[in-house]
Amino acid sequence: MAKMTIDGTEIEVEDGITVLQACEQAGVEIPRFCYHERLSIAGNCRMCLVEMERAPKPIASCSMPVGDGMVIKTNTETVKNARNGVMEFLLINHPLDCPICDQGGECDLQDQAMAYGFDHSRFKENKRSVTDKNLGPLVETHMTRCIHCTRCIRFSTEVAGVEVLGATGRGENMEVGTYVEQAISSELSANIIDLCPVGALTSKPYAFEARPWELTKTESVDVMDAVGSNIRVDSRGREVMRVLPMLNEDVNEEWISDKTRYACDGLARQRLDKPYMKVDGKLQAASWHDAFDAIGGKVRGLDGSKIGAIAGDMCDAEAMTALKDLMTALGSNNIDCRQDGAKLTAGARAGYTFNTTIAGIEDADACLIVGSNPRLEAPIINARLRKRMVEGGFKVGMVGEAVDLTYRYEHLGAGPQTLKEIADGTHSFCEILKSAERPMIIVGQGALTHADGVAVLAAARKIADTTGMIAEDWNGFNVLHTAAGRVAGLDLGLVPGEGGKDVAGILDGAASGDIEVVYLLAADEIDTAKLANAFVIYQGHHGDAGAHIADIVLPGAAYTEKEGTYVNTEGRVQRGRRATFPPGDAREDWAILRALSEVLGKTLPYNNLAQVRARMVEIAPLLDQLEVVTPSAWADFGQAGSLDGGPFASPITNFYMTDPISRASATMAACTEAFVETGEKTGTDG
Amino acid sequence: MTEQPATFAFDADNQALADKHIAKYPEGRQASAVLPLLDIAQRQCDGWLPRAAMDYIAEMLDMAPIRVYEVVSFYEMYHDTPRGKHELRVCTTTPCWLRGSADIVSACEDEMGCKVGETSPDGVFSLGEFECLGACVNAPVVWIDDDYYEDVDPDSARKLIQAFRKGERPEPGPMTDRQKSAPAGGPTTLTGAGE
Repeated sequence: MAKMTIDGTEIEVEDGITVLQACEQAGVEIPRFCYHERLSIAGNCRMCLVEMERAPKPIASCSMPVGDGMVIKTNTETVKNARNGVMEFLLINHPLDCPICDQGGECDLQDQAMAYGFDHSRFKENKRSVTDKNLGPLVETHMTRCIHCTRCIRFSTEVAGVEVLGATGRGENMEVGTYVEQAISSELSANIIDLCPVGALTSKPYAFEARPWELTKTESVDVMDAVGSNIRVDSRGREVMRVLPMLNEDVNEEWISDKTRYACDGLARQRLDKPYMKVDGKLQAASWHDAFDAIGGKVRGLDGSKIGAIAGDMCDAEAMTALKDLMTALGSNNIDCRQDGAKLTAGARAGYTFNTTIAGIEDADACLIVGSNPRLEAPIINARLRKRMVEGGFKVGMVGEAVDLTYRYEHLGAGPQTLKEIADGTHSFCEILKSAERPMIIVGQGALTHADGVAVLAAARKIADTTGMIAEDWNGFNVLHTAAGRVAGLDLGLVPGEGGKDVAGILDGAASGDIEVVYLLAADEIDTAKLANAFVIYQGHHGDAGAHIADIVLPGAAYTEKEGTYVNTEGRVQRGRRATFPPGDAREDWAILRALSEVLGKTLPYNNLAQVRARMVEIAPLLDQLEVVTPSAWADFGQAGSLDGGPFASPITNFYMTDPISRASATMAACTEAFVETGEKTGTDG
Repeated sequence: MTEQPATFAFDADNQALADKHIAKYPEGRQASAVLPLLDIAQRQCDGWLPRAAMDYIAEMLDMAPIRVYEVVSFYEMYHDTPRGKHELRVCTTTPCWLRGSADIVSACEDEMGCKVGETSPDGVFSLGEFECLGACVNAPVVWIDDDYYEDVDPDSARKLIQAFRKGERPEPGPMTDRQKSAPAGGPTTLTGAGE
């Protein structure tokens, strides 16, 4: 600990931190542009100058380590002049763009110029101008506004692991860019927009759309993947204008993936805003009353075993609670939330969650990835793995596709054979896992949806047991989900009951006529062709695959339009909040199921959100534990079997389009065109 | 956009030279050799660095290509566009300027038929201005390829250009009868030594 004096107040701080951090701990604000707590220290903006006793001139507090007995002054005339001077230099070449700049109103430079700058300019010469760069469909550049803080360069190099941005030229000719024109092919690229302290990097899809003070800000949770990134939904009227990250050290730090951020324009397209009924083979708008009557006519009196229900990937726990209760009331055991057919069971929670926790990755020292491409399935988790890798002393082995994860790993093999060798202890990577103090394994959906999925799960469990991944204070067994609703679905037991049919069974049953009615709760990632003969009720928010095959369409709410509970891959329970109202006649999903239950004569016993949640917690008590990960007891799961199928493949081939919302998004379509269809880079002929 | 060759590779001699430079640095620090390697590549490519060469060096040193582009664009001695056969740079910093470097620049521009920062129409010269070349004692200084030509005046500058154009390579050093950087007009001290 170091004792120091900041503005006359004595404070004791840890060794090794910087003067700037110490000032923050003392409650003194230091202006800065280049410094960012999650990036390396550059020290090039000079805005954080403070006075240090016995130093001949002001020091850059962001890069000065604290020392015992230091006396720092931040409120003297020297400091004021220093800030004034730095500000004046920064503004020399910064255009007076504020009225037409998208950063206006949330701009560090604007704010700090107000707080620390002069009230006039002494610079009479011409300002320099810089050619804008093309960084792809997400990031708009106005490079004339750049103040060379290099945050974007450091982010893409250090966090995203895509080393394409750099500063070329020198002095006044220095430019931030890629030199060879290319888009930034990272799933985290748009975070540089948040990092940019000025309006040099702004959001392309959001360009000239709104001003920050016009927006209503709602704190919520993302459902584009199973990470459960904390987000802020900015809306104006009925429209979601943009999605920004919220700080949560345990989950997403302060990053979000490009899909989380930009799929939101899909919320305004392809929406189901009123009920539809199929009349003469064509869907026609109908009233709620008629739609419910039609369902009632078909379902009433039908044997429960002829009804099946599938819950989709983005469902909230409330809706799934209502669906499960309704199916139980109808006497049906045919219910499933595993659209992709993952061989996970609803039993032991340790067997289907990310037990290590996302923050826990930073404590691990070896990792085996099985059948997953975390870069596409959960970019935020991949960034944590990379963060751990950059720290050093971390070995990663991969069984599956040899993909670019942005960090080095050892590719052990493509499929189950390699996994078997590791489980049997004959593979050389076993030694690495055994000698590690806190080894972990990540089993992806690519492995669990494999034909040998059950045996894969058992083998993974065996590896966890035999290589010391399970200890009193450490659980290294992890399942990486891709669906935001999956863990809640398994918690609530949305799996086939006694003698019930799973997704494949329901689809086959529908094809053969064993199942007459299929209820799709926002389920689109299934082979809908098999449902042609069945009476399909689709409840969801987008006119996607499920709605196209449906006989009755019930318009539900998307994740920004309802109060919903989601459980992320770690098992962390989080609440999404309503930012806008659902369009037209659409309603919250649990309420639709509740209303339908009454028509079917099986009225569900809840009339408001609090009652649904009480019922939800009754089924799965853990759903009451908000914001935390409750450690699960190690238990038995999986079933040993033959491991001899083909290689594992990640379920995601196009990161930008994985669900009905992102498939409806024009921005995601542009990204698909830029990054997926033409290969990673947009080419050198740009 | 400049026409870029599709590929680049060191020839055998240069590869050996490059290996020698890389070997100077400890394992994992090969990137330190980027400056000499770029210089070798630039000499092999007639005075400029095509993108293929920068990518080649990035690959060889296990660096991201952008890090090499940054270096190339930072230093004035590296060029990312084709240059004339000879690189001629006039020092225009204060001591040389006081001794008439501005006239030398005009003479060069006139003789070459191009402005500072350009390449002459015959492709023989690229003309540049440079900050202090550190040879002020022999100001004004002109730097052609690897050699300093010192105590230059407009006339001798023209003669130098004509000589290079003919493919000759005049002896570097002072353009007057001065001996290296000894006093102009002969020794002024120790004149009686040896008597």
